[in-house]
Amino acid sequence: MNIGFSAADEHFRQQVAQWMQEHLSGQYNELRFRGGPGDEDFAPGLRKQWERELAAGRWVGAGWAIEHGGRGLSINQQVIFYEEYARAGGPGRMGHIGEGLVGPTLAAFGTPGQQQRFLPAILSGQHFWCQGYSEPGAGSDLANIKTRASLDSESGQWLISGQKIWTSLAHESDWCFVLARTEPGSVGHRGLSFLLVPMAQAQIRVQPIRQLTGTSEFNEVFFDQARTAADNLIGQPGDGWKIAMALLGFERGVSTLGQQMQFQNELDEVVRIAKANGAAQDPIMRQRIAQAWSGLRVLRYNSLRMLSGVQDGSLRPEATIYKLAWSTWHLELGKLAMDVLGPEAELLAAAPYELTRLQALFLFTRADTIYGGSNEIQRNIIAERALGMPREAR
Amino acid sequence: MELALTEEQRMIQESAERFLAQVASSGAVRTAMAAESGLDHTAWARIARELYWPALAIPEEYGGLGLGFVEVCLLQEQLGRCLLPTPFFATCCMGIPALLLSRNQGLKNLWLPRLAAGEISASLAWTSAPRWDDSGVQVYAQSCAGGYRLNGQYLYVIDGAECDLLIIAARTPGSIGEAGIRLFAVSALTPGISRQQQPTLDQTRRFSTITLNDVVLNDEHLLSEPGLGWPLLRDVLHMACIGLAAEQTGGAQKVLDLTLTYIGGREQFGRSIASFQAVKHRCADLMLAVECARSASYYGACIADQCLNIDGDPSAQLQLAEAAATAKIHASEGFFNCAAESIQLHGGVGFTWEYDPHLYFKRARASEQLLGTPAFHREQLARHIFGERP
Repeated sequence: MNIGFSAADEHFRQQVAQWMQEHLSGQYNELRFRGGPGDEDFAPGLRKQWERELAAGRWVGAGWAIEHGGRGLSINQQVIFYEEYARAGGPGRMGHIGEGLVGPTLAAFGTPGQQQRFLPAILSGQHFWCQGYSEPGAGSDLANIKTRASLDSESGQWLISGQKIWTSLAHESDWCFVLARTEPGSVGHRGLSFLLVPMAQAQIRVQPIRQLTGTSEFNEVFFDQARTAADNLIGQPGDGWKIAMALLGFERGVSTLGQQMQFQNELDEVVRIAKANGAAQDPIMRQRIAQAWSGLRVLRYNSLRMLSGVQDGSLRPEATIYKLAWSTWHLELGKLAMDVLGPEAELLAAAPYELTRLQALFLFTRADTIYGGSNEIQRNIIAERALGMPREAR
Repeated sequence: MELALTEEQRMIQESAERFLAQVASSGAVRTAMAAESGLDHTAWARIARELYWPALAIPEEYGGLGLGFVEVCLLQEQLGRCLLPTPFFATCCMGIPALLLSRNQGLKNLWLPRLAAGEISASLAWTSAPRWDDSGVQVYAQSCAGGYRLNGQYLYVIDGAECDLLIIAARTPGSIGEAGIRLFAVSALTPGISRQQQPTLDQTRRFSTITLNDVVLNDEHLLSEPGLGWPLLRDVLHMACIGLAAEQTGGAQKVLDLTLTYIGGREQFGRSIASFQAVKHRCADLMLAVECARSASYYGACIADQCLNIDGDPSAQLQLAEAAATAKIHASEGFFNCAAESIQLHGGVGFTWEYDPHLYFKRARASEQLLGTPAFHREQLARHIFGERP
């Protein structure tokens, strides 16, 4: 075990920090520390332009293999990139679904032709992606998907009908990956397929969901005989569940380190406020702030352990704790922020319902323990996969 | 940056696990608990003189193996799993680090080779009050002709009645706080030292009260340099916290393992009670707590390792206090939760003397308060966060 970075890695860190300082400036200044969870609908146009700035610096897909157009950065270098990105106040990534989920999925399951069709537009910041998994009747029970797709013999295209929900930034996306039932009459995780679908068509309607934050990052997406080309199916018909589950594994990668740097920014703000308003003198607040502080350290050490010795993206059973750990920590931070602010926490940034950053944190962290597999589902996964306890009846 | 075990470290861990599986059964632990010394001297003799565990972190120039504190913590984790009462923690996480961090070459030459050879054990005696900061140092060292005359009483000295070498802290009369503290290394048989073992709630780790009555020492016994007694003692205490956190992690993991085994075999309502979601979710939370404890103690071990290594990363020194507090907080809470839940999930048999959960529960409670409760360490962290201390 070794907690230091090599001289070469430290040099790389300086390069990233310098690039961020030079490029996250001028017109992009207003993006600093914006666009994160709870703030995802902030300046989407400018943030897409920022993605192209990143792409020009070859920072999009920097962790991808060189054969797929990436830089093949080591895990350490990816960690450093995400840390410096967040430290500099880099905005929430409009391209993260394409970069972090679609790219690795295509690299693992796509044909060379599919890789050539889709990967370059992700790397260049031209195409933005959204995720079509959840449905009104398929939340925690994701396998209960009703959206159907069938190959139309006349046009040779897939025709997709059904409804997806909780789709982040669907209204800003060019493509959607859709988990749909392609085998009529099938149930559960059998008979599902993984399709890539262009969003710009009249047969797809995006309906924003107004959340308890008052904002609308999430959407409902209605497919009414929507079309996509026959060769936009990834893997074989029926492989959808396997691919969908592998994709969720990619979500627990190195970007978690960057997420923690953003958490640190939030915690630093809470500490600043506590010092300014006297909460730092309160013994109970001191205990809670110190607990949050040490908890964030532990999240970081968990991630470093998870990533150590892992080169192929595979994770050990310990990795199953990650979502439960961070979502629970973040939820508590949101409450702590409000308690440190006291009655000030009630005052909005502006009428009619513009939230301050910490109000958005407080409210949005209520989603953290639900989306991407609720804490209850996470506990089932830990108990069954990591601890080997008996499975739930399904 | 690599927070995974090396091949060599994995071998050390596995061989320790195999050895302890042979010598440290529940029965062996209970026999040692009932012994007057409270220790398993037979197992310790093999650990110290056949397996050379105390030699691990001692440099080769003193007859040691020249490895580091990470390896010490891996052994602590294994010892924590089985609760075997040995002088390893006090010797290797307090006594040896104090000598390694000292600049008194004479004392290092005198004691380190004997510790490396497994001939002797050591402990640290420093607090005279139920406190774990500088205000606890209340034994006084009065200057006298040729040295210092020490008087006072130490509380909560781990394995104090059984050890051979004592690291002791004392302060100049009239001094307060961090000032005026000195650290000495003395034979436990020095005239004027009397030792009394105390019966303890956790029978797997004994405390002693040690009284100094006109103990006369001189500069040759002095581990610390002028004005640097507290920084030396503080660093030793931080390393002890990290070593203890590793032990707590091992205890937490083992008591969770025991629980999973028991509930996996226990049937009620015609099914394994491990199949109930109310039970599974509690176990998932316990696994989360164990993994957090392990991450925090491994990271702390890496930091302590750098601090003990003369070629180590100097920035590690700045992180030692924070890493120690974080490890102690999370390992204490994780171990206590795992042990407390173990009794609950075992049901009725968890309340018996025969089953082991109570041994872990008592050790968890004792370890949680030893060297400072989580609340104490959170307050230390708060001072650091708010910049109240340089």
